Amino acid sequence: MSLFSKFDDMRAIIDSLVASGRNPFDMRFERILSATEALLEGRPCLLFGTNNYLGLTFDATCIEATVRAVHEGGTGTTGSRIANGTYCDHALLERRIAEFYGKRSAMIFTTGYQANLGLISTLAGREDHLLIDADSHASIYDACKLSAAQVIRFRHNDPEDLAHRLRRLKGRPGSRIIVTEGIFSMLGDSAPLREIAAVKREMGATLIVDEAHSLGTRGKNGRGVCEDAGIESDVDFVVGTFSKSLGAIGGFAVSDLPDFDLLRIVCRPYMFTASLPPAVVGSVTAALTRISTDKSLSARVLSHSGRLYSALAQAGFEVGPEPNPIVALKMTDKETAVRFWNRLIDRGVYANLALPPATPASLSLIRCSISAAHTEAQIDRAISIMVAVGRELRVLDPRPAKTPVHLTRSLPI
Amino acid sequence: MTNNATNIEAEIVELLAHRIPAGIHVSAQTQIVGGLGLDSVAILDFIMDVEDRFDISIPLDRVAEVQTIAELSRAIEALRRTAN
Ligand SMILES: Cc1ncc(COP(=O)(O)O)c(C=O)c1O
Repeated sequence: MSLFSKFDDMRAIIDSLVASGRNPFDMRFERILSATEALLEGRPCLLFGTNNYLGLTFDATCIEATVRAVHEGGTGTTGSRIANGTYCDHALLERRIAEFYGKRSAMIFTTGYQANLGLISTLAGREDHLLIDADSHASIYDACKLSAAQVIRFRHNDPEDLAHRLRRLKGRPGSRIIVTEGIFSMLGDSAPLREIAAVKREMGATLIVDEAHSLGTRGKNGRGVCEDAGIESDVDFVVGTFSKSLGAIGGFAVSDLPDFDLLRIVCRPYMFTASLPPAVVGSVTAALTRISTDKSLSARVLSHSGRLYSALAQAGFEVGPEPNPIVALKMTDKETAVRFWNRLIDRGVYANLALPPATPASLSLIRCSISAAHTEAQIDRAISIMVAVGRELRVLDPRPAKTPVHLTRSLPI
Repeated sequence: MTNNATNIEAEIVELLAHRIPAGIHVSAQTQIVGGLGLDSVAILDFIMDVEDRFDISIPLDRVAEVQTIAELSRAIEALRRTAN
């Protein structure tokens, strides 16, 4: 047994992927041309797998703020805020995020992954219980591993099941902490937060919502699915990322709880890693101002999402249950998904290949993300290429379907 | 092996049958991870079925300790005892 033999299965998977086309874990773009196009294999390719929902990566004001910040503050902070101290701009960004959410405090992290890791693992102690949605992101699962609490999964988007599992814990000591997401990253479905908040209130639990994919894309003011559901005051902590709608990198958590700031001296994924560099803090602060003042960005991404979603559903693809900026197409099996993904690239569209176990219910998916920076012409081009590939690979009936099929998790029992 | 353990194992096997292709033979010594072609998420989904069948909570750290169906059965027995 060699040190790496435990990964033999993974090696076999990569080998078979490479044998049937490209290596999805090692895609190299020669140049990024814009928020929606890149050079790939010497040709321009439409980007439909970026999570760049508002298209801010090339926004002029964000770039300007980045350049200014790097000149003023240097290229890095070279340490954590605990050791090297806080820069004024870190504190300013935290104030701005807290204001954006109408919450008392905010804490920024170096990535969204670390925000989940830090918040969840620190809040949930030995006697406590974490109840997480079964389809939670890997960062939530890893946070659970780092935590000393007991971890229970509840059935995806099922408040009844959550209540049932909470009742089962009756009589045990410790806090109950519920963790779910605004929009789920694979199928693009959103959580029934009104019902989950009701369970939280009834059971006296704490509620954490990860709005990674819904910041700036949902809610009247871009505050996500919590805002849409009208339950912001029930949510104890919102977690999010700067790496998607805000076009940079970093993560955050906001809360109204008065002791929130104590986390700064007990949360290891905050304390033992370098803080965000000035350039990133500058661009995120500018991006936050952009999304607060320009509502047309979220309107555009939602309208584009609806356009892509309805056209693909109409064409006969099995799509996720609702039109959000993530649109997932169900493939019949892994091999078809791999072939589909390769054919899309041959024809100039880059989307994400999502295979089990990274997907719920062992689904094989082509996952598309939509951007406000896409043009309608780009959306329509992507639709026609996806439909053509769908017909070619017999994922679609060569004749157009009449009733759209919506994808929900099919549980065997 | 107690009667109780045999019953629990039989119920586990019955629950598993819903999640694996027909015709796969399952015994008390079957490895749940790697032995049935279930990926990590599918195994955790199966554990939720087990929790519901026996009306217990099986925290994820306990799941990680379990390799075979016999071990899962013993964990269920132990968790049932502490729940009562
Ligand atoms: C739901 C969810 N939470 C957290 C993260 C992690 O965010 P980041 O990329 O900023 O580390 C992601 C990103 O993939 C995500 O989808």
